[in-house]
Amino acid sequence: MLGPEGHRRTDPMPHRQPALDLSPPVSDEVRKTTCYMCACRCGIDVHLKEGKVAYIEGNRDHPVNRGVLCAKGSAGIMQHLSPARLRAPLRRTGPRGSGQFEEITWDEALGIVAERLAGLRRTAPEKLAFFTGRDQSQSFTSWWAQAYGTPNYAAHGGFCSVNMAAAGIYTMGGAFWEFGQPDWERTRLFLIFGVAEDHDSNPIKMGLGRLKARGAKVIGVNPIRTGYNAIADEWVGITPGTDGLFILSLIHCLLKAGKIDADYLARLTDASVLLDEDPRSETHGLYLRDADGKPQVIDRRTGHLAPWDGEGVEPRLTGSLRRAGTTHRSVFHRVAEAYLDARYAPETVAATCGVTAERIRRIAAELAHAAFDQAFEVAQPWTDFRGKRHETMPGRPVSVHAMRGISAHSNGFQTCRALHVLQILLGAVETPGSFRFKPPYPKPATAHPKPHGKVRPGEPLDGPHLGFVHGPADLLVNDDGTARRIDKAFTWENPMSAHGMMHMVISNAHAGDPYPIDTLFLYMANMAWNSTMNTSAVMEMLADKDADGDYKIPFIVYSDAYSSEMVAYADIVLPDTTYLERHDCISLLDRPISEADAAADAIRWPVVEPDRDVRGFQSVLVDLGVRLGLPGFVDAEGKAVYADYADYMVNHQRRPGVGPLAGWRGEDGAAGGRGAPNPEQLEKYKENGGFWTAHIPEEAQYYKPWNRAYQDWAVEVGLFDAPQPYLFSLWCEPLRRFQAAAEGKGRHRPPEHLRAQMQATMTPLPTWYAPLGDGHADPVEYPVHALTQRPMAMYHSWGSQNAWLRQIHGRNPLYLPTALWEKYRFQEGDWACVRSPAGEITVPVAHMAALNPHTVWTWNAIGKRRGAWALDKGAPEATKGFLLNHLIHELLPERGDGLRWSNSDPITGQAAWFDLRVSIEKVRAPRHVYPDPPPQASPVPPAPARVAQKVRP
Amino acid sequence: MTALPNRVERKLGLVIDLDTCVGCHACVTACKGWNTENYGAPLGDADAYGADPVGAFLNRIHSFEVTPDEGPAQVVHFPKSCLHCDDAPCVTVCPTGASYKRSEDGIVLVNESDCIGCGLCAWACPYGAREQDPVEKVMKKCTLCVDRIYNDNLPEVDRVPACVRTCPAGARHFGDLSDPDSDVSRLVAERDGMDLMPEQGTAPVNKYLPPRPKDAELDILAPLLEPVAETPRGLLGWLDRALEKL
Amino acid sequence: MHPAPSLIAFTVLSGLGFGLLACLGLGLAPTERWTGTVFFALGFGLAGTGLLSSTLHLGHPERALKAFTQWRTSWLSREAWLACATLAVAGLYAALAVLAGLTVAPLGWLAAALCLVTVGATSMIYGQLRTVPRWHHWSTPALFVGFAVTGGILLAGQVTAAAVLLALLGVAQFLAWRAGDRRLAASGSTVATATGLGPRVRLFEPPHTGGNYLTHEMVFQVARRHATKLRSIALVVAFIAPAVLLMLPFSHALAAAAVVAHVAGMVLIRWLFFAEAEHVVGLYYGRPVG
Ligand SMILES: Nc1nc2c(c(=O)[nH]1)N[C@H]1C(S)=C(S)[C@@H](COP(=O)(O)OP(=O)(O)OC[C@H]3O[C@@H](n4cnc5c(=O)[nH]c(N)nc54)[C@H](O)[C@@H]3O)O[C@H]1N2
Ligand SMILES: Nc1nc2c(c(=O)[nH]1)N[C@H]1C(S)=C(S)[C@@H](COP(=O)(O)OP(=O)(O)OC[C@H]3O[C@@H](n4cnc5c(=O)[nH]c(N)nc54)[C@H](O)[C@@H]3O)O[C@H]1N2
Ligand code: SF4
Ligand code: SF4
Ligand code: SF4
Ligand code: SF4
Ligand code: SF4
Ligand SMILES: [Mo]
Repeated sequence: MLGPEGHRRTDPMPHRQPALDLSPPVSDEVRKTTCYMCACRCGIDVHLKEGKVAYIEGNRDHPVNRGVLCAKGSAGIMQHLSPARLRAPLRRTGPRGSGQFEEITWDEALGIVAERLAGLRRTAPEKLAFFTGRDQSQSFTSWWAQAYGTPNYAAHGGFCSVNMAAAGIYTMGGAFWEFGQPDWERTRLFLIFGVAEDHDSNPIKMGLGRLKARGAKVIGVNPIRTGYNAIADEWVGITPGTDGLFILSLIHCLLKAGKIDADYLARLTDASVLLDEDPRSETHGLYLRDADGKPQVIDRRTGHLAPWDGEGVEPRLTGSLRRAGTTHRSVFHRVAEAYLDARYAPETVAATCGVTAERIRRIAAELAHAAFDQAFEVAQPWTDFRGKRHETMPGRPVSVHAMRGISAHSNGFQTCRALHVLQILLGAVETPGSFRFKPPYPKPATAHPKPHGKVRPGEPLDGPHLGFVHGPADLLVNDDGTARRIDKAFTWENPMSAHGMMHMVISNAHAGDPYPIDTLFLYMANMAWNSTMNTSAVMEMLADKDADGDYKIPFIVYSDAYSSEMVAYADIVLPDTTYLERHDCISLLDRPISEADAAADAIRWPVVEPDRDVRGFQSVLVDLGVRLGLPGFVDAEGKAVYADYADYMVNHQRRPGVGPLAGWRGEDGAAGGRGAPNPEQLEKYKENGGFWTAHIPEEAQYYKPWNRAYQDWAVEVGLFDAPQPYLFSLWCEPLRRFQAAAEGKGRHRPPEHLRAQMQATMTPLPTWYAPLGDGHADPVEYPVHALTQRPMAMYHSWGSQNAWLRQIHGRNPLYLPTALWEKYRFQEGDWACVRSPAGEITVPVAHMAALNPHTVWTWNAIGKRRGAWALDKGAPEATKGFLLNHLIHELLPERGDGLRWSNSDPITGQAAWFDLRVSIEKVRAPRHVYPDPPPQASPVPPAPARVAQKVRP
Repeated sequence: MTALPNRVERKLGLVIDLDTCVGCHACVTACKGWNTENYGAPLGDADAYGADPVGAFLNRIHSFEVTPDEGPAQVVHFPKSCLHCDDAPCVTVCPTGASYKRSEDGIVLVNESDCIGCGLCAWACPYGAREQDPVEKVMKKCTLCVDRIYNDNLPEVDRVPACVRTCPAGARHFGDLSDPDSDVSRLVAERDGMDLMPEQGTAPVNKYLPPRPKDAELDILAPLLEPVAETPRGLLGWLDRALEKL
Repeated sequence: MHPAPSLIAFTVLSGLGFGLLACLGLGLAPTERWTGTVFFALGFGLAGTGLLSSTLHLGHPERALKAFTQWRTSWLSREAWLACATLAVAGLYAALAVLAGLTVAPLGWLAAALCLVTVGATSMIYGQLRTVPRWHHWSTPALFVGFAVTGGILLAGQVTAAAVLLALLGVAQFLAWRAGDRRLAASGSTVATATGLGPRVRLFEPPHTGGNYLTHEMVFQVARRHATKLRSIALVVAFIAPAVLLMLPFSHALAAAAVVAHVAGMVLIRWLFFAEAEHVVGLYYGRPVG
């Protein structure tokens, strides 16, 4: 029968159709490993035919992706087969930047590098700067760098989203990124700020899909309405850099209406902790502490001071204490004073934010409605850290996620803090329906190490490089005020730069400030192109010579897997394998793949062997560690401790019983978390699909920072060694310590020129100040905000070598809002010259109506240098694709004080990518984009003309 | 063969939720991957690393912008593959019989070994659902993953099209649209599923769920923000009173 | 639609060839002896070259024989059969005429009818396509047949008839263009029906920045300005010039010039036939509605 609507000419002849094989064999073998097209680290099923990779799909059992894959993940096969894959170690033969190389053997390459590094280590280990991009093995690379003894190590976090990470950890002991997630199953209202894609890319999409299926409301706050914001039920097209003000205004409305979770605030946060309000005190503005150093609250039961964590204590939210003529009040007093102020009234902020006052009020009302009117309780008893048993877990179905849109501004740290304060005021962190941490988080800032930078020639560094400072005493500055690190992280300029400041390394090294270095050793960061600010100038710095004709940065070693722009600037290139050809470890020691209800880690393993003379970089580092005789890499007799990275993954122990991989530990493989190394461990991972999970017990699922059951479980699985409950910090003491120093308190004093700015920006309660660039880029001359977004189907620069993905994004226009489009009378196919104080670019434009009227944007990192990535020199990526990076300087323009301030957040050093302001002018369409650096020679054979890849019909 | 079957036993197809699709292109490359290694010739790419790459894809994501009379402009990501039309003009124009519609499930397929690459079927399709392979020069189109959905070598849960299996947002649904009780038919009924270009008379099987209304102004919430206090002192006093009641 | 040279050659040459063969079948030109041989050779040559060049458009010309299988539903298949039948019948007619000096009139009429039906079938390959509103109209076969007849008559040297037909065809072509310009809008297919997203919708981003078969083949666009200019040129070259040339005192040179002009104009018209044809798939690729 036809369908009811079927109407068609009938065919008198019997229908004939070919017989199909509907059950062809899918593959000979499936090997399960972890995707590497981005940092989401989904589980993949790699189907092999005749030993070759035939097809990649998502692993259904995997905690991260539950079987789904993104566009990049499914196109992994084309990454694995890319013509841009490096083939053998390379030694530079032409000038830096030319791309001229000769292939050499691994022994030669490692011999050259080891000899150079050995010399430096004996005399001045800080002359090695080792920076590692979007490294997924940071706990290992940092350990190597620590053993080597240089203070100059970091990964990419400083230019990526350290504001988000640091604000989260300092405020609530955990952050967004992929370190936490909304309670997708229970949330009713979800706000997403400044996210185009993010690291947790599949989980966010899966979560949004579930919200949509349930009819929960999604509000997207973003100047641009694509992707997640396109499907949001409501779009707030905010003006860039003003989210902090918008959020504080929401807080203003909620406070005024009393729509806050007072009980949560009193018991679980520092809102009830008393502040030292004595202006003469050395600890003025810090928590009032007892002799044991414990922050003090007023216990409602007694009306007297009590330690915050005292057994049975019931902290009073509005507590105060009069002592020696001074009234010491709880943090909440300060919160109320700060945010009830009329400067945060919706009417006051509306114009700046580009959001109407009514809208702000309505969103505040929706937050209140969801948090309180739609509140519910989960019937799950639990016991808090004060020993109090609760029969249920109250839920607050409001959740939030945010990423670089709010963090990649120079006011980002405080904006991110403001957002967390909003969540906390609603009681919407770690409660059912709200935002939940993933192990190893929650973990307060105080439980993280502090930064270390003491250099002793021939010796390891005195401790881990990166960490969390708690005040001026923790900075890495010498007595003369100069920086210990080449990137000037942890100095007065950017004191809380918890992830280092990779974006400053090349310009500082080129300037020899704070000191010259010898070897720049980079791993998977395209610093000559898309991961750098001021790209054209950085390319010059990398190739710049001093009066003697020597390179200003004397020696550059680089590990990449592909023929990137950065490769052309290296003296020695160490070719890595593709992700399907090596071991890797996604460890609870750095960035694991946990879920809110389970701890999880994973491996990569060689599902195929490389067909080129390439080696996994981590194994190369092991080899270098042995050649250099680094402690931990060689034993007392100088013999190698680990054969390669796989051996390290299984046998290394960071603390007794705790190693890179938590699964199947102990001789018999029965232990999870803690246990002796198990020689069969990797086999167990492979059998299990490449990952390991440990479910968090039901009573420990929520309220984790305060939940005894969670704390005990975390100790048991080795996340920490003793329970460490803590209070959320509305009041950020470390900030107050820096602010106090700027006020002239204490032994450590910041340089004079920084004091005013420090006082204004380092307020212990979140504040909003205009992006610092706005004070430099004249808003009249440069009236337009310019942003980039991650395309979901492209990963930074890597995607362009992928035959499938580059057809989706092979070039990028600059999108202009209707107002500007019409003002300059642009038409389809037109080009514009875009200027900032740092430079100009000439690029194609396109029109977009769903865009903030003062903002232009483009997709990130589509533009390529000619000759790179094994692409044709006429490839659209090079002729029509472009980077905004040429317009973004790492320093702000000089402002009359003779100083050039860093284009970063003054607190964390986060690169302020999105502070960019530009002007726009219509120009005649040129033949290709400008700037147009000369082509680089390609160290790999030319790419094939066609791709029609099939292993077996 | 070129004639359409007099009856189809089932109408397998996709239901695509425009309210949920984030435009990630995951379904595009998953489709390319599966159909490269499986049904027919691999999906080729000409000038793959060159100035004008042209590849065959069976599924593509367009993005449209809607400017409503009230409220801000919207972006709608719009996936499109073959709609497996009931009255498929691509089939009847085919001179060789390479194009056909299966009577058991309504899937429209190209028998590549019969295809002369005349392109007529692609001309006849209003939706742009057919692309000639630039390397193999035969007509390519969505197979509805006919070699997955019945494949005994796959576990039962995986017997769905590659694009549906991979869609991270869950915006793609697969099922029998001739069965009014199927999940997909229910979705279509609940969400006013629509046909693309109904005036072309193709009677598409695939349906699209339109985006839900956006940016609605709700004022019923205003009372929620009734102030309890205008000053910090007032707020603290109110809080004390409120907390005592707890 | 992409104006593929192979398709322009196919439709122009086969149209002319079949037109001439039809005239020969109707005895409108000498069929016997040397002149007959030359005429038949020309007719078969044109038709044959046209048909062969159509295979250049195929991805797999070596499988072209498969195109004969679907005559019950496919116009292309029917055209293939009809072309063969025509060539066979006309061939027999020609062989008898040229070799045996035997003009079998009914056979000629059959051949002539087949010729025109073949051209009609060719035109229906395009005319059947609802997806190309400009083509989807009775005027498409009418014009194709009109061109075949006119071209045939012109080649056959029927000066007066040719001049009259040229004038009529010119007017018809002009009117068809005018009517065709409105047909996409009238077809009811708009970006709103294509997407179901209401009237105020436009393409924001294409699905890929790279090209694809569809953008190369279907989303071809000629600027309105160019099209108008080209149409005027085509009218002059294809109809007015040859008609004027024919009205001048007859000479072989002028007649040849008329033929050349008409064919050149016809090539241009066929180029426009493809180039101006808007495929509704363009609605998904941001092409403005006609
Ligand atoms: N304008 C603008 N610029 C930005 C940003 C922005 O938003 N706007 N975002 C910034 C941010 S957050 C980031 S994280 C950076 C990212 O920028 P980068 O860190 O430079 O990122 P990629 O270009 O992806 O890759 C770096 C290098 O890693 C190499 N690689 C890939 N796979 C492997 C492998 O398996 N082994 C080895 N050894 N190498 C490999 C690639 O070939 C490439 O050369 O960009 C920054 N730049
Ligand atoms: N597919 C894909 N996934 C990736 C990457 C990739 O390259 N491709 N890169 C990975 C990396 S390294 C990172 S750091 C993450 C980053 O992931 P995201 O945080 O999503 O980073 P961006 O794409 O830079 O998006 C920034 C968003 O913030 C918005 N925005 C800019 N300024 C403001 C503002 O002032 N206010 C608000 N509210 N919004 C603003 C922009 O419009 C944009 O939508 O993604 C990771 N995931
Ligand atoms: S999100 Fe995509 S690219 Fe990233 S790991 Fe998952 S599948 Fe791979
Ligand atoms: S969508 Fe196009 S290709 Fe698919 S059945 Fe309908 S007409 Fe044919
Ligand atoms: S291209 Fe192939 S499938 Fe399409 S009509 Fe021609 S022969 Fe049939
Ligand atoms: S059903 Fe299969 S062939 Fe069709 S679009 Fe989806 S993945 Fe591609
Ligand atoms: S995979 Fe799903 S969400 Fe992504 S583009 Fe395809 S349909 Fe849309
Ligand atoms: Mo990043």
